[in-house]
This record gives sequence, C-alpha cells and structure tokens, in this order.
Amino acid sequence: MNNRVKIDFLSVSENEGFARIAAAAFVSQLNPTLEELDDIKTAVSEAVTNAIIHGYENRGGTVTLLMEIEEKCVKIQVIDKGRGIDDIKKAMQPLYTSKPDLERSGMGFTVMESFMDSLEVSSETGKGTKVLMTKRIM
Amino acid sequence: MHLTFKKTGQTLVVSMAGELDHHNAVNVREEIDRRFSTSNAKNLVFNLQKLAFMDSSGLGILIGRYKTVSAMGGKTAIAAPSLLTRRLIELAGVHRIIPIYETAQEAVGGVA
Repeated sequence: MNNRVKIDFLSVSENEGFARIAAAAFVSQLNPTLEELDDIKTAVSEAVTNAIIHGYENRGGTVTLLMEIEEKCVKIQVIDKGRGIDDIKKAMQPLYTSKPDLERSGMGFTVMESFMDSLEVSSETGKGTKVLMTKRIM
Repeated sequence: MHLTFKKTGQTLVVSMAGELDHHNAVNVREEIDRRFSTSNAKNLVFNLQKLAFMDSSGLGILIGRYKTVSAMGGKTAIAAPSLLTRRLIELAGVHRIIPIYETAQEAVGGVA
C-alpha cells in the first residue's frame, strides 16, 4: 500500500461537499485528469448521500470514508452503521428509489458503477452498509 | 448554490451556479417551484453554464420539474451543461425527455 486515509464524519448533508473535496484532494497525488477527478467526486457524493438519506435516514450517525492508493489504483470505501439495505439487487436497479417522495432519481448506484471501474455493495439489515469502489488512474 | 431567474416571453430561465447535491436540493426545488408558479411562465429552461458540480440529486430536480411543467402543458429544456453533467443526464436518459441545447438562448428558442 502506498497511502491510506480514514475520515469519520457526522451524517449531515453539509458533509457531502466535504467528502467530495477530501476524495479529490487525496486522489490528486496520482495526477488524475479533470474527468477522472469528476468521476470520483460524483461517485463519492452518491455513496455518502446514500449513507445519510438511506443508511441513517437523516437521524445522525457516523459515516466513514476510507481511501487507499496502491500504485495507480484508488480504492474508496464509504461505510455506515445505519439500517442496512434489505434487498441490494433491487436497490441497485437503475431508477429504483425507496424514497420517491424526495424526488430521488434512483440513479445513485448506476452512477457509481458507471463512473468507477468496480463497485461492490455489502449490507446487513440493522447493521449498516459498506460501498467499495475502485478506479485506476491512467 | 446560487439561482438567478429571467423571464423571456412565456419562458422562465433559471441559471444555476455552484454545486447541486442532496444538501441543497430541497431549497433549489422550492425556490424554482415558487418562482415558476408566480412568474406565469409556461416553459422552463435550466441554464447549467455556471453549474460546477451536479450528482444524481440534480437529476431528481430536473425530472421533477419536467413532470410539473409538462402536466401544465409547458416544455422544459437544458442549456450548456458541463461534460460531467451531460454524461449524468445521458446515463439516466433524461435527454430523451428534456432536450439539451448549447446555449440558454437556443433553449429558449427551442421551447417557444
């Protein structure tokens, strides 16, 4: 491993922007293109927003952003200890949202999947959710 | 996040500047809805030229306003999105229901 950063922050929407900037600052040591940086910022924004809205349902808690660099690859984990996802397969379907009243587009996981090289979601009801994303900086 | 509004004929143009995410989505949605309902406009154009960042929360805003405006017989359009925003819009297929134009002026002409 070449580098590693772990940040715990309160599950409040003000920290969505903070998480994006923190991820961009950490990844910048790999000299990414602006497009690669945008991809990572967007994917992190989606994962952190999910943790706040769905994981903790705006009730507060701690979100962990764990970022690692190995050679030219960045590995980002967004972890919450919230309510968990009952049906991951359903949650990952494009345009599916459990909260249509909030005008959510249901595109969060699709965006993460499209903008990063890999996406793995693990979750346990009542225990929380871990989103693991990787991207190779060319 | 900063919004400015300008009415041209029957079209209200909302210009967005800054970063559009879940944190400010509710305020943005309420402000656009309030201004649109009091403007007596029929159509709505989203000018994204100065929008530095948007995630899928922004898609929810666009789709939601499209539904409202369409239900009242109006049209919506998107103007000048960044490369990132355009990719998001196309990934979700939003461009099939809300056309994209290079400039706000073209978008206003497109919905007229």
